[in-house]
Amino acid sequence: MGNQGLLQHLANGISLGSLYALIAIGYTMVYGILRLINFAHGDIFMLGIYITYYGILFTSIPWWIVFILASVLTGLIGLLLEKVAYRPLRESPRITILISAIGASFFLQNFGIVVFGGRPKAFPIPNVFNKVIKLGGVSISLITFIIPLVTLLLLLGLTYFITKTKTGMAMRALSKDYETASLMGIDINRIISITFFIGSFLAAVGGIMWGIRYPQLMPLMGVMPGLKCFIAAVIGGIGNITGAVLGGFILGLGEIMLIALLPKLTGYRDAFAFILLIVILLIKPTGLMGEKITEKV
Amino acid sequence: MLKIENMTMRFGGVVAANKFNADIEKGQIVGLIGPNGAGKTTIFNVITGVYRPTEGKIIFNPGEEEQDITGLRPDEIAKLGICRTFQNIRLFKELSVLDNVFIGNHLRIESNVFSSILKFPNYRKEEKMMLEKSLYLLEKVGLEDEKDGKAHSLPYGKQRRLEIARALATEPKLLLLDEPAAGMNPQETRELMEFIKDIKDEFELTIFLIEHHMEVVMGICEEILVLDHGSLIAQGDPESIQTDSNVIEAYLGVE
Amino acid sequence: MKINNRFKKSLSMLIITIVVLFILNKVLDDYKLRVLNLCGIYIILGLSMNLINGFTGLFSLGHAGFMAIGAYTVAILTMPAPMKEMNFFMKPIVPFLANIEWSFFPALMMGGVMAGLFGFLIGAPVLRLTDDYLAIATLGFAEIIRVVFTNTQSITNGALGLKGIPASTNVWWSWGLALVTILFMTFLMEGSYGKAFNAIREDEIAARSMGINLFTHKVMSFTFGSFLAGVGGGLLAALLGTIDPNMFRIVLTFNILLIVVLGGLGSIKGSVVSAIIVTIAMEALRFLDESINLGFVKLEGVAGMRMVIFSIILMAVVIFRKEGLLKEN
Repeated sequence: MGNQGLLQHLANGISLGSLYALIAIGYTMVYGILRLINFAHGDIFMLGIYITYYGILFTSIPWWIVFILASVLTGLIGLLLEKVAYRPLRESPRITILISAIGASFFLQNFGIVVFGGRPKAFPIPNVFNKVIKLGGVSISLITFIIPLVTLLLLLGLTYFITKTKTGMAMRALSKDYETASLMGIDINRIISITFFIGSFLAAVGGIMWGIRYPQLMPLMGVMPGLKCFIAAVIGGIGNITGAVLGGFILGLGEIMLIALLPKLTGYRDAFAFILLIVILLIKPTGLMGEKITEKV
Repeated sequence: MLKIENMTMRFGGVVAANKFNADIEKGQIVGLIGPNGAGKTTIFNVITGVYRPTEGKIIFNPGEEEQDITGLRPDEIAKLGICRTFQNIRLFKELSVLDNVFIGNHLRIESNVFSSILKFPNYRKEEKMMLEKSLYLLEKVGLEDEKDGKAHSLPYGKQRRLEIARALATEPKLLLLDEPAAGMNPQETRELMEFIKDIKDEFELTIFLIEHHMEVVMGICEEILVLDHGSLIAQGDPESIQTDSNVIEAYLGVE
Repeated sequence: MKINNRFKKSLSMLIITIVVLFILNKVLDDYKLRVLNLCGIYIILGLSMNLINGFTGLFSLGHAGFMAIGAYTVAILTMPAPMKEMNFFMKPIVPFLANIEWSFFPALMMGGVMAGLFGFLIGAPVLRLTDDYLAIATLGFAEIIRVVFTNTQSITNGALGLKGIPASTNVWWSWGLALVTILFMTFLMEGSYGKAFNAIREDEIAARSMGINLFTHKVMSFTFGSFLAGVGGGLLAALLGTIDPNMFRIVLTFNILLIVVLGGLGSIKGSVVSAIIVTIAMEALRFLDESINLGFVKLEGVAGMRMVIFSIILMAVVIFRKEGLLKEN
């Protein structure tokens, strides 16, 4: 493999990593506050793609407005999901709420099969994105550049939001110390709703770019990316946004490089994330950037 | 019975116990007192292996057969003969009162899991003994009539007694009681004091207890340790503690 | 005399079950017999997951993986050599497995042992993790097993799967082993070890302070559970006659979780009844996924509808009736 090949893989790895990072943020934010694996997050991502698909094909709204509307709508669905499936169980044992999360995930998948049909659909890519850029003798599609760029912008926005706004600070307080924060007059339900909205919104943005990059749509398409992004969040240290981004990039780059350098192992691509997860959990259970939590006795 | 040497426990920047020393003699009832947040429960947690101390040593049975138990797991420490109750009551809530005590016996079981499933004679014999012992202990704490109820349906005072019965089932040599009289009325408290003396004699125990009820501490403890901000500020028999100026200062906050 | 009474009750239940099975075995058609077999198998699977998740309080989602191990072990060990040759046309099977042909029961036990062994090996590292990490790690292992089975073509025939597995599972095997599993679970949970498992579920900190070694007990429960899952998987392989790695996706684990939750976490009776109800309901509601012709009107089935309904039921149960639908108070 020459330099050009390597460059190509690197670009692919970074763009896949960015997508993983965007989705992983949703997991990590929810986990940070509720200590819950939102198993349905991957399926929210899937919904985001399908909504965009229908928006482009069945309305005459310009594609970029569809993108925005679809992301907002997906964010609202995420918010609704929390209200229906998680809020009634907030005081219940962890296992109960996890089961509800799994139930929600399967519901969305099968809802997808029922409503969208089980057959794969082709994502209608707006023409702008079909451009190919030649860079040092390597052809790289435009979207490969756009993905990291959009991710970067969203990350900057998110960082601003959680460090500078009142709501963002309340969010951080809640994830640091739920009990105390809830006594300080923070409206927990509102903050949690916003968290779910942001997480799902980012997943939808990731989903739309995913659709442009890998334009085959299936109702079960959220399962694997969902699991992998949760793993990315765990690798980075769950509850930590920077960690989730780091984990996303490690996973995305690692996966692409594995295939590039050891093509024989291509079949094991999906196992890579899980093996990495288990190794990390055994070496450093709190992830790369996670903090140690001591249990109160 | 137990020797704590220069034990320090830090959580991040917080020092919960600072160079704590203690020597608990066999057969005594020793009290650990101090204002809220002084680090009393932390000391219990370190002794029972819930936390590993940042510095220092915990020696069980000092002398001939002494054992360094620093950093051992809680279950290993329980097997050696140190058992405890919890300040915020940690019963197996959904299980029956009898099962709670029965489970306390489990650490001494010799039959393996297959003999328990196949109900081999060796297991049956052991189970019978465990059951008899559990019933005896329930009778001892006055809960024999409630043995089939769920643990969490018991009133507070009875839950505390059930915790003691469960701890006794592990056959401890050293029993740690974390605020055994909390939430009890004066009548119950007096009964508890008699009960503690009684089990100490019957089971040849050494007892180390945390308590806020001064009546209990002064009434039954032969030795009292006073803790403030993680450090030992006084030590001695009840009379000397009552007149100790450091102690009065710590409790009343005198400048 | 309480024990004697219980013995009499169990014996009469056993006799009734045998008689009913005998009659059903005679009168039911092939399709219904298959459902009956599935009921028995799902009893085993439900109980095995309940042991880990319900009785010991470990949140494991690795069941499909252990079932896959059991299923493949039974398939490879019982298939006659010529059948193996027909299956492995892309790439021949490794020589030492090519001519093995075991009878059903030893193969089934081997399936359980292999699954149990993997459970033990996997459990040792991951059971140190707490609830949700454990869930994702076990789910990960199940996925790894599936990916490995897809790729080890010379052992598992990869994505092509295995066809023509001797159909040895019958009502007596599936229900016989289901009854053995029920007895196993009842005796285990009555004994000191089972109570220790319960203690771990109730309060880990109290349990270890009472001298219970969390790690060995968790591994024990996990290994037993995996063994039973392997046996269930093996029975399933020998019932269906065909297996492939995609059968053992997370959906399969989900189905068993549904049984356990509906029956009540930590309830043996609940799991048994719920296994039967869910299995029959899954079949009975198949019409939701397929079109049916009523003669005068044709109802269009919608693929996926069945699972939509089941996932709603699952969520409704955990939200509104946490103790399960079938557990009596």
